[in-house]
Amino acid sequence: MSALNNSSGTAKGGLRVWLTADEPSSRFHARMVQAYLSWLNFASNPLALFGFGIIVMLFLLAIFEPLLLTHDPLAQDLSARLLSPGQQGHWLGTDGLGRDIYSRVVAGASTTLFIVSLVALTAPVAGLVIGTIAGYFGGWVDVVLMRITDVFLAFPKLILALAFVAALGPGIENAILAIAITSWPPYARIARAETLTVRNSDFIFACRLQGASSARIVIGHVVPLCLSSVIIRVTLDMAGIILTAAGLGFLGLGAQPPMPEWGAMISEGRKYLLDQWWVATVPGLAIFIVSLGFNLLGDGLRDALDPRSGQS
Amino acid sequence: MNGIARPGSGAANEGGRGRALPLWKKAKPTVKLLASLAATFLGLLLVTFFIGRVIPIDPVLAVVGERASPEVYEAAVRQLGLDKPLIVQFALYIKSVLQGDLGTSLLTANPVLEDIKRVVPATLELSTVATVIGVVLGIPMGVVAAVHAGRWPDHIVRLIGLFGYSMPVFWLGLMGLLVFYGKLDWVAGPGRLDIFYEDIVDPVTGVILIDALIAGDTEVFFNALSHIILPASVLGYYSMAYISRMTRSFMLEQLSQEYVTTARVKGLSEGRVIWRHALGNVMVPLITVVALSYANLLEGSVLTETVFAWPGLGFYITNALMSADMAAVLGGTIVVGAVFVGLNLFSDFLYRIVDPRAK
Repeated sequence: MSALNNSSGTAKGGLRVWLTADEPSSRFHARMVQAYLSWLNFASNPLALFGFGIIVMLFLLAIFEPLLLTHDPLAQDLSARLLSPGQQGHWLGTDGLGRDIYSRVVAGASTTLFIVSLVALTAPVAGLVIGTIAGYFGGWVDVVLMRITDVFLAFPKLILALAFVAALGPGIENAILAIAITSWPPYARIARAETLTVRNSDFIFACRLQGASSARIVIGHVVPLCLSSVIIRVTLDMAGIILTAAGLGFLGLGAQPPMPEWGAMISEGRKYLLDQWWVATVPGLAIFIVSLGFNLLGDGLRDALDPRSGQS
Repeated sequence: MNGIARPGSGAANEGGRGRALPLWKKAKPTVKLLASLAATFLGLLLVTFFIGRVIPIDPVLAVVGERASPEVYEAAVRQLGLDKPLIVQFALYIKSVLQGDLGTSLLTANPVLEDIKRVVPATLELSTVATVIGVVLGIPMGVVAAVHAGRWPDHIVRLIGLFGYSMPVFWLGLMGLLVFYGKLDWVAGPGRLDIFYEDIVDPVTGVILIDALIAGDTEVFFNALSHIILPASVLGYYSMAYISRMTRSFMLEQLSQEYVTTARVKGLSEGRVIWRHALGNVMVPLITVVALSYANLLEGSVLTETVFAWPGLGFYITNALMSADMAAVLGGTIVVGAVFVGLNLFSDFLYRIVDPRAK
């Protein structure tokens, strides 16, 4: 990582040449070449690019939310309730309390991102810690940790999340906590499997002979090798996290009113389903598009970064 | 399969004796399986016990009320066993669950187990019809996708599957109601039967479709069918997505084998090679997949039953959640968890029986 100094100089002018060099001049250079080749591989897959585009859009929606809103997403106007799309300047109509659906869907993007990023930051980290410790130390540590993992894996996720939220009380923070508690086990399994393949390799023994502590070996050498498999799995799981969060919202256990959250919006729209179909349909489309984006992106990432599990 | 296939610690130390007794050797995998099943179930109870303890509602106050004197409160604490150490409380909890005592529902004032026995047939009926739909559509789709791998039929099947993995099940249910019930009026609305058909046939099995056939009442049968078809299709869509994906990858594996080439060289028709030879070999792993997808339907049924007001286990759990009826929620969780674990075990077991190599 210390070789950053000479990289910016060569990059000027021939970035492409630098990125496709056969003999990288530094560790950083080698990483950049690797990343560029993976990107080329990824970019040759139109569906994956499409998914990537959707996710970029989601981020843009969340970042530029104040500019994109046409109405206050929380402002009620009972004289203009249940307007159909296009009426009175409401592009996607209004809901049962006269709130602008377009603005609420836009505002829901940041709610979704908030949920997804919190889960994506906590569950994989917990899984990595548990999986690498189990794999590296082996013995009874492994047996105990994997037994706990198996218990969590043996449940349907949504039911377990429901039971946790029921105990903790409804709310978006508790929903996130419940989803995180139920989604770490697969990461622990992946991390353990990866750890088992490297734990007896020569470079680990070399580190140990140099006097490196177990913590240093696990954090500095084992975890980085597990990262790419875990990241791919996280991307593939994103859609599932969004759907679970929306399900909890739909049941009234996730985001609480009046917070604009897509699942809760569908639940509100359910009352008007047969006569004012757009109230429930529009937020559902938003969930569908974003989940599809994450699924396409995850599939593409897996094919680009992990050739083993490609088209088989 | 995740939790079950791993050897349990209980059977490990007895492994050395297996050499002398061939019978014991034969039974060993089964014993290991049962030991790990017991460990998983114990873990399940530990989780529900823990959830029951974290709940911010004081269980004693729920019994004695807020104005109870300290003496009454203390007595209630002792009566509920809350003064004992946690480990003893857990042991008592396991004992009562094993005796079938899941507590009493606040909502219905019935024992939770009795409530669950009443609602389970509805869930079974729904998930069975859904699985049938998933199998009947999913397997041919997977075969077609594998045969045309990389070409448009494959892409279409993949897209159908991807849509399934991306759509919220409750939203798909609502859209189905909107289109097929609201606009087209092809199917009946929420519930299991129209109100004037209720309580006509005797509940023999609790599964209305079967009960109606036993009673020979075709009118009730067709009414029930028009009620079940939409929720079962919605759930079945998700099984179809999963089953077709797995069928495709199993088939691809088989089609590259040498016996397929041999069959083709012998001059067998392409249809016979694909549907008899290759698919025949795929059937074994597919049984496991179908059992797993049946287990996964339990999860989807919570939301689907809520949307369709289908009086099954999922609907029971969500209703209990709304009224903070913790005994019912945790009881339902235990039953669902146990069924889930059981189905996983069953699929594992079935695989061992059907495929001699797995022994």
